[in-house]
Amino acid sequence: MNNTLYTAAAIGVIALMTWVTRGLPYLVFARHKPPHWVRELGATLPAAIMVILVAYCLRNTQWATAPYGAAEILSVLLVAGVQAWRKNTLLSVLAGTVCYMVLIRTVFPA
Amino acid sequence: MKSFRFALKSIVPIVFAYVFVGIAFSLLMTSAGYGLPWVVLSSVFVYAGSMQIVMVTLLTSGVPLAVVAVTTLFVNARHIFYGLSFIDEFRSIGKKKGSFWKYPYMALTLTDETYSILCALKVPQDCDKQKVEFYILFLCQMLWVVSCTAGAALSEALPLSLNGIEFSATAFFTAVVVNQWRESRSHIPAFVGLASAVLFYFLAGPSGMILPALSLSAVTLMLFRSKIPVNLPEDCHE
Repeated sequence: MNNTLYTAAAIGVIALMTWVTRGLPYLVFARHKPPHWVRELGATLPAAIMVILVAYCLRNTQWATAPYGAAEILSVLLVAGVQAWRKNTLLSVLAGTVCYMVLIRTVFPA
Repeated sequence: MKSFRFALKSIVPIVFAYVFVGIAFSLLMTSAGYGLPWVVLSSVFVYAGSMQIVMVTLLTSGVPLAVVAVTTLFVNARHIFYGLSFIDEFRSIGKKKGSFWKYPYMALTLTDETYSILCALKVPQDCDKQKVEFYILFLCQMLWVVSCTAGAALSEALPLSLNGIEFSATAFFTAVVVNQWRESRSHIPAFVGLASAVLFYFLAGPSGMILPALSLSAVTLMLFRSKIPVNLPEDCHE
């Protein structure tokens, strides 16, 4: 599939599936509440999903060769630390991203 | 007019988040080689912050469309629970003359942020509550589209190299993990996610890991649900 077509199709699929998740309650659960296990999964699954997304974002890190993902590890730790300390998502993301961009230019250039 | 002004005031708390995530998303998109038309298209039709950031990763690795579809379902599954609180409200708005389109529009523009605004909403006597709710959802989507567009324009004007900006996606999800860690009654789900991710990083490889990892986590959490203490999501206005 050519690249433009793929991009358009992928964005279309994502839009459609997003509409499905947003529209579903109005179509399915308008008359009866969702079963208990669905609500339980709704409470537990997001925490697992977010950890997987972090791992997925780091999937192309070169763990086996120097500097062994040091820029990624340090920046993730900084984000987690700032977030635990200040509870300000914007600040943490900004700090971590700037740290990463500086590290890969100065201490750990590719 | 009063209702519109009240809606404007109500969205203030989320303006910064929308602008920042919108700009981050479009910087990611443009530095991955997807220009302004793609940014606008996805901000209008997808209109979901974290999913759009995941989207950049999916697009650049060119995963099959079926994987794109299922991943979207997983990442956005929480929206199912947001909608539950507003079924009757939005339906009654759609029953007004000439407003039928508002029912699907409002259902499909309920995001993490707009949900939290509508949940906390205390409309004064002299405003029309249903109008305020519609204005809030509409204004927020406009704000999102504008933020995304601004980011794409900004990246074209910036003289310096944005190499490494893609880390903001990692940073964003890491911050969300920390938030969830603090709020959740059990850390088992986070560890289940980590174990599934590591397992399929080795079994399926970096590019194929996401779908099996998400599936394994969902199945594990379902099978062991009696062992995991949870706070069930409440209907926000009852």
